[in-house]
Amino acid sequence: MMSKSGRLTLSRVFVIIALLLGAIYSGAPVLWMISSSLKSNTEIFAYPPRLFSDSMSLGAYLAVVTNSEKVRFFVNSYLVALLVTIFTLIVGSLAGYSFSRYQFPLKRPLNMTIIGVQAVPPITLLIPYFSLIVTLRLFNTYAALVLTYMVFTLPYAIIMMTGYFNTLPKALDEAVMMDGGSRFVALWRVLIPISVPGLVSTGIYTFMLAWNEFLFALTLTKTMNMRTVPVGIALLMGQHSYEWNEMMAMSVLGCLPVLLLYLFFQRYFIAGMTAGSVKG
Amino acid sequence: MNRAAPSGVDRDEVAESRPMQRVSKKVAPFAYLSPTLLLMAVLSLLPIGMVLSYSLMDNVIMNKNPVFVGINNYIELLTDDVFQQAIGNTLYFTAMSVIFHLILGLSFAMLLNTSLLGATTKAIFRVVYVLPWVFTATIIAILWRLMLNPNGVINYLIISAGFADRPIEWLSSRQLALHAVTFINIWSGYPFYMVSLLAGLQGIPDELYEAGTIDGANGRQLFRFITLPQLRPIIVSLAMLDFIWTMHQFTLIWMTTGGGPIHVTEMLSTFTYKAAFSSYEFALASASAFIILALCLFVALFYVRQQRASDE
Repeated sequence: MMSKSGRLTLSRVFVIIALLLGAIYSGAPVLWMISSSLKSNTEIFAYPPRLFSDSMSLGAYLAVVTNSEKVRFFVNSYLVALLVTIFTLIVGSLAGYSFSRYQFPLKRPLNMTIIGVQAVPPITLLIPYFSLIVTLRLFNTYAALVLTYMVFTLPYAIIMMTGYFNTLPKALDEAVMMDGGSRFVALWRVLIPISVPGLVSTGIYTFMLAWNEFLFALTLTKTMNMRTVPVGIALLMGQHSYEWNEMMAMSVLGCLPVLLLYLFFQRYFIAGMTAGSVKG
Repeated sequence: MNRAAPSGVDRDEVAESRPMQRVSKKVAPFAYLSPTLLLMAVLSLLPIGMVLSYSLMDNVIMNKNPVFVGINNYIELLTDDVFQQAIGNTLYFTAMSVIFHLILGLSFAMLLNTSLLGATTKAIFRVVYVLPWVFTATIIAILWRLMLNPNGVINYLIISAGFADRPIEWLSSRQLALHAVTFINIWSGYPFYMVSLLAGLQGIPDELYEAGTIDGANGRQLFRFITLPQLRPIIVSLAMLDFIWTMHQFTLIWMTTGGGPIHVTEMLSTFTYKAAFSSYEFALASASAFIILALCLFVALFYVRQQRASDE
């Protein structure tokens, strides 16, 4: 019979080993990506492969950030993702306010339809989008991406903001209106400022979705100067004879915004991501 | 308080005495909703109608005057070998992804919820475990193409360990490609489960475990009779959401195998995309796209029912 503290130490060792194995599974590919981005192209397929080599350099990163075509992918991605986030938060807050504060006919069916849109696969909408966007003369523009992305970011934003506004007492709006302010002032000056945590969660989720989008960006833009990071990397993979180190450097730079958002806003991040699944 | 009473009277007067206010009260909710409604009407309801009508015509977009052909496109699809294969592949890919996402997500969440380690240690591991989540699908695809390359690091490790004597063509082998892309998708998707389930685990009251321990339950029994039932609503939600998302996963497949070799990794999404933008068979592609929509809505219906049940 083992003593209680002996058993505790044993289970602690077991947990640490399990955690380390898990960390290898999740972290090793990422480590390999970083290491490859610092190697020269010949070293990447050196035999035997090595995680560290003597001649590691930031050369691949330098090549990416001094190449105007590649920098443009990043500019496009940041611009589109930021625009989508701003518009989604504005339009989503307005809609959330309406669902939270008013009773009106068709409220429930409208709400259900908006939630239902989340289940519509992007590939289903792709073919009509292609003809709609061409007809609207928006093909190969930022507007094409911002508008189509919002179809997928808005439902989530509306659900989140409705839920957030529901937690704020109606007495707040009434207090503003007693002082002679309109409902709009109540929303803009009082509710929005105290809803910052909800807005941050929603904004992070929206930014991530827009940053990662591939299918619409691939189909609704055409010229290299309109391509976003995921599509840009994909197309370069096809064109160049696999400059793996530059691809890996671009990949590291490409995941940086989401990683930083995660590290700085971990609490909001998790709140936002789990809101949909823990309590719909 | 002193101010509240007179203003309260004021407010009632406003509501009853100004007809303008009452009209605006009816219009206001729709005014706030108008941008949403406009966007949803033009970019989600209209396109769904369009894709349905496309799917009932002979080749639209390419043909200036398309003719109504009824369900011919659907019949053509459902009797097409490649389409049938795509359905099978999609179901395998989706089911395996959901099962392993759940197993890994729950295991990692429970490891991270341990009381045996300090908060800092757990925080560090949590960041490492979340890493696959911060990568977009294109990048995940390229990273794994590099590692699964015949001359890549994974083959090197397997050969050095003596499990194989020559490099394995993971992504271009007819036997292995489907399993390989499924494996990659499992790697990229478990953190979402882990994060949600960890939040769920932290929400289970300690008293439940204390009561269970007093009743003489061992670890396995505590897991089976307390942890699992408490997490059940989250697990069901996650699995259904994941099922819908994985069923139309496109990017990862497109960037690793493109559906090849010889359609062994063809999914409904890649089939649809190729039909539209490689073969320009827009009507057939629309029929395929509509079948995917029907499948997703079918699962979504269960999801809504489950949500409603857990709300009550």
